[in-house]
Amino acid sequence: MISTDVILDTANILMEKAAIDIPDDYLTGLKKAADEEEGDLSSFVLQAMLENYEAAKEDRRAMCGDTGTPRWYVKFGNEAQVTGGPIALEETLRRATADSTKRIPLRPNRVHPLWRTDHNNNIGIGAPEIEYGFEPEGSWIDITTVHKGGLFGTDYRMLFPGDGIEGIKRFYLDSLVAFGRRGLACQPAIIGIGLGGSKDTSMVLGKRAACLRIVGDRNPDPEIAKLEDEFKEIGNSIGMGAMGFVGKSMVIDCHIEVGCCHTGGMPMSVHAFCLSSRRASARLHADGSVEFRTDPQWFTPYQRRETVEWPLNNQNSQKSA
Amino acid sequence: MAPKQSKLTKVRLSTSPSPEDLRALKIGDIVYLDGTVYTGREGVYKKILEDGADMPVPLPALSGANFHCSPAAIREEDGRFKVSAVTATASFRFSKWLERWFKASGAKLIIGKGGMTGKDYKEVFVPNGAIYLTTVGYGTGALLGRGVKRVHSANWLEELGIAQAMWVLEVENFGPFIVDSDLDGNSLFERENAKIAAGLAKAYEGTRPATLKRYGETDDRNDEVI
Ligand code: SF4
Repeated sequence: MISTDVILDTANILMEKAAIDIPDDYLTGLKKAADEEEGDLSSFVLQAMLENYEAAKEDRRAMCGDTGTPRWYVKFGNEAQVTGGPIALEETLRRATADSTKRIPLRPNRVHPLWRTDHNNNIGIGAPEIEYGFEPEGSWIDITTVHKGGLFGTDYRMLFPGDGIEGIKRFYLDSLVAFGRRGLACQPAIIGIGLGGSKDTSMVLGKRAACLRIVGDRNPDPEIAKLEDEFKEIGNSIGMGAMGFVGKSMVIDCHIEVGCCHTGGMPMSVHAFCLSSRRASARLHADGSVEFRTDPQWFTPYQRRETVEWPLNNQNSQKSA
Repeated sequence: MAPKQSKLTKVRLSTSPSPEDLRALKIGDIVYLDGTVYTGREGVYKKILEDGADMPVPLPALSGANFHCSPAAIREEDGRFKVSAVTATASFRFSKWLERWFKASGAKLIIGKGGMTGKDYKEVFVPNGAIYLTTVGYGTGALLGRGVKRVHSANWLEELGIAQAMWVLEVENFGPFIVDSDLDGNSLFERENAKIAAGLAKAYEGTRPATLKRYGETDDRNDEVI
């Protein structure tokens, strides 16, 4: 049984880690981009960002004044149990969001869309989002927080099978060029592309591809992995760098996630996880121990399964039979 | 990795700059500010320009620098303020208020994210002797937070909320910012856009437009979304 006390402490630590400590994978990617960048304005921006991450760490202050929209991803091992059940878990995550907003402090970003009511704690109707996943084995839960920023840099479009890879590339470039100008997307970014699913799942896949996979990670489908490499390359050859200045640092990495879609369509979404690629994860075990990490490890073989039954499960039950 | 030598010019500037100070600045210069800045965005513009509220602090005597921003800050129980990070918000949305704002506030520096259009610079900034400074990144919130020495006041904090309140901040070596527009209304972002546009056709080689079009769609890649 995992207690809500442990969840509250862990979630508060995760909020702080996400807001202040840039994940190592993104930092390494940005340092490489800074080394390779030749545009003088673009170079200056990247250098300033590297200093900014240091300042945030040293002072324990938020790396960016814009909190983005903090959200939670919770994954349950199949045998995991939480004191008070899912309702207690959700209340705990909302409490940690509110408490951390005051403690760090973070800018309260969430307001009612029409009345602009601000509870000054990043809590409200549907906020923060809490999303769930499950894994076949384990009595742990994984908690990840993502503070994704950016009113810009994300787009959705219904493409069709006939649009092909050329159409996908066009929409990808359109999104980068439209939102890269003046640096509206706060690039260089981790670009996530969601292909397939329904309209809404295509958006969800793209966002998760951007926020829940680390720099350097590749899709297990070798052909998709090749596209990821190619798209990263294309994005960095537009001639645009940080803040839309002349340069070649747009994309720190590109991740593509797919889901099966309507036979007549090919919905596509593009998401940019900005210069403040804020995420932090932890695994909470049944014995009360907690391990922190920066890789959400969301996309497992189980999350990408194609079959009715989970084959590994079947093998296990056959073995034990 | 040794930091690269930057050829860019770095300048310390007062938040109440003289016309000569501003005249000396070129687009692409790096600026650090000393003095006092205040935040003002849709909430403040509406309150003063549309609802006719009085200026809560004397402008431009106190400050000539309007920052499009909301800080990550809080008033502690003892009444003191804690400022964490400070990051700008995109300025193009505030275009419709600026002409009246210049008249009401005497601002000489508009600071924000992403600049405004060249048209705004020529028609509104130039006649008012003002320039635009863009924040950097745009995620340099921690560096800017370090430059805030004291919160002078937080006006309409209860009424407008933390994000929309008018924060008056005393700053030192506050930056970096990049000069986007000069006193002649030239725009750094538009200059860079034009340079990049020349190579865009090559990047688009081998792609094709979507079968299903959208309303208002253009294929002119010189177009901007703002
Ligand atoms: S997009 Fe990211 S870096 Fe830019 S202001 Fe928002 S949170 Fe900060």
